Amino acid sequence: MEWAVIFEPENLALFGNGILITLWLLFASLAIGGIAAVIFALILTGPWAPLRWIVSAYTFVIRGTPLLIQIYLIYYGLGQLEWIQARWDTIWPWTYFKEPFFCALLAFSLNTAGYTAEMLAGAIRETSAGEIEAAHAYGMNRFQTMLRVVLPSAMRRTLPAYSNEVVMMLHATSLASAVPNMLDVTSAASRIYATYYLPFEAYLAAAAIYLTASFALIGFFRFSEGRLLAYLTPQKH
Amino acid sequence: MQAYFFVILHGALLTVGVSLLALLVAIIFGLAGAAAKLSGKPVLVGLATLYSTIIRGIPDLVLMLLVFYGGTIGINTLLEKLGSEATVDINPFMAGVLTIGFIYGAYMTETFRGAILSIPKGQMEAAWAFGMSRLQTFVRITLPQMVRYALPGFTNNWLVLIKATALVSLIGLQEMTYLAKQASAATRSPFIFFMFTGALFLVYTSVSLFVLKKVNARYSLGAKRGQL
Amino acid sequence: MKKLLLAAAITALCTGAFAAGKDLKVAIDATYEPFTYKTPDGKPTGFDVDIASAICEQIKRTCVFVEQPWDGMIPGLMAKKYDVIISSMSITADRLKQVDFTDKYYNTPSRVVLKKDVKYSGPESIKGKKIGVLKASTQEKYALGELKTKGVEIVSYDAQDQVYLDIKAGRLDGTVADILEVGGGFLSKPGGEAYELKGDELYIPKYFGTGAGVALRKGQGALKSEISAAIKAIRANGKYKAINDKYFKFDVYGK
Repeated sequence: MEWAVIFEPENLALFGNGILITLWLLFASLAIGGIAAVIFALILTGPWAPLRWIVSAYTFVIRGTPLLIQIYLIYYGLGQLEWIQARWDTIWPWTYFKEPFFCALLAFSLNTAGYTAEMLAGAIRETSAGEIEAAHAYGMNRFQTMLRVVLPSAMRRTLPAYSNEVVMMLHATSLASAVPNMLDVTSAASRIYATYYLPFEAYLAAAAIYLTASFALIGFFRFSEGRLLAYLTPQKH
Repeated sequence: MQAYFFVILHGALLTVGVSLLALLVAIIFGLAGAAAKLSGKPVLVGLATLYSTIIRGIPDLVLMLLVFYGGTIGINTLLEKLGSEATVDINPFMAGVLTIGFIYGAYMTETFRGAILSIPKGQMEAAWAFGMSRLQTFVRITLPQMVRYALPGFTNNWLVLIKATALVSLIGLQEMTYLAKQASAATRSPFIFFMFTGALFLVYTSVSLFVLKKVNARYSLGAKRGQL
Repeated sequence: MKKLLLAAAITALCTGAFAAGKDLKVAIDATYEPFTYKTPDGKPTGFDVDIASAICEQIKRTCVFVEQPWDGMIPGLMAKKYDVIISSMSITADRLKQVDFTDKYYNTPSRVVLKKDVKYSGPESIKGKKIGVLKASTQEKYALGELKTKGVEIVSYDAQDQVYLDIKAGRLDGTVADILEVGGGFLSKPGGEAYELKGDELYIPKYFGTGAGVALRKGQGALKSEISAAIKAIRANGKYKAINDKYFKFDVYGK
């Protein structure tokens, strides 16, 4: 095995650049998707039926179709529509659709929003009835109950499942290599494989990078769970 | 243009084939992994933990590329060293099935382990008291009861597995996603073809959900549910 | 039960193929109209495919076509996934380091393709524009070597027909491609009317090599001479001309 090739400066630069793009993609889509998820979760557990149906349909489609198809639809599919083509050279929001990075970001954000919204909605529904009754007894209206009692509690309870979702998103960023001109870790590995014909070295290096990142993320979440979910751990005497 | 749609429908059959075979592989790995983890022997537990840790730390795509490109070269180099003239080709179908099965076997390990642990210990003890061997206990007592506890996690894993089959298109298997991509490039109309493929996936996942709900109902007969 | 499953699994693995015998596995990248592409109902067709079939007929073996994305072509050949590549692969010095080539079976140049109203007088004149190329192709090498250094943005794609998809969408300003391929695959199709070939015909051997040949693994001298002889034979007995005229108006064998 020729590991020396991987450590040549230009190839290390390729991987380094890839790591930056992967992490940027990951955190940006988690941030945008996270905010959207809270809004969607509130709608899903809210009283307005038509909005609820729309968001339910949205999560149904997002969770029922592969991320790869969603990426292709946003990058290639939207790019084909003449309505968008006419606007994306000059008119502001549509100029973003020309960029591969934006399309990938949009696809990942929509995807994580769909999954996280359902997780959060489930946690909101499971909030213990006693807490909500106590909030009402205090005279809090629906908005205040949500903001001060239900949401903080639900977000903490979603943490274990959300940590899974974050690691899944990290793995999902490898699909960004399916979009042209997105040079993430996986496409860096593919590039090295195609140039030097070393599949093992290239992909094992990529695997090592993802493994390290996953461990870091899981470690971070274990730490957070220790702090935020301390009240759920077994009593230590 | 219509012909492309029929070709994609044929690709759908391949998708179903890959997912079902991968599920079989995943169940085998899952049962083996769960048994290893529950056996208590440190070597087996360590191996099983290593298995699930590594799998859940590497993206499906990278593993698939490793198995598909690296695997063939690896096996052929091995055969060359052993002096054989033969060449084994891991075609995309096999690479996809084995990789996806291997990956989701790790997730199934956790699901099955949790399910087996949920069965009241008294059941197994009663079986041993009756003189049943370990295998008989497993097949007659543990397995049927495990199904009920495992079903939610199993359903989840199965749905994610279906969607993972789309990744096999990236190593060249001509299933739905690959054919949709080719058709869209050839006809310059990606929107309709990807919508069509997305709809087919949606149908597949919805049907699966429906079937698994029925299975859940069948295996939950007689289980008492508390009044909420 | 477990033994049965194990046996079934091993058998399935073996159906992967132990290659030997009369079949000749030919790798093609079926996104390169009119050289290699697929009919709407999925059959491989095109100049390369027809030439391959003619060669197989000549050497008395059955062609089995295996689809392969372009950047995995040579790695796949070295991994013994197939026996030969007949997919418009140019014979270049770089590639000869890894694989062997038979004699060429055609030679046509590449050119830059841009919108009709763009004035092209060399790489500097399109500085800042986006040009799409196929990953691991000779055109990509040229683009990275000659165009990128003059400030042109180069985007690499997995398949040539996806380059055309993005040109049509407006994400790219043009491409560098084989003149016949871009003619049959883009310029003559709806969406390609606004574009035309620009600049000189690029015959630079450093990048583009000396024509397209059949690639095979090193150390297969017998097969190499067999196929080279077959190419000579179909040139002589008129089969080449028949296939040539089916797709092109002039003799693509070239210099």
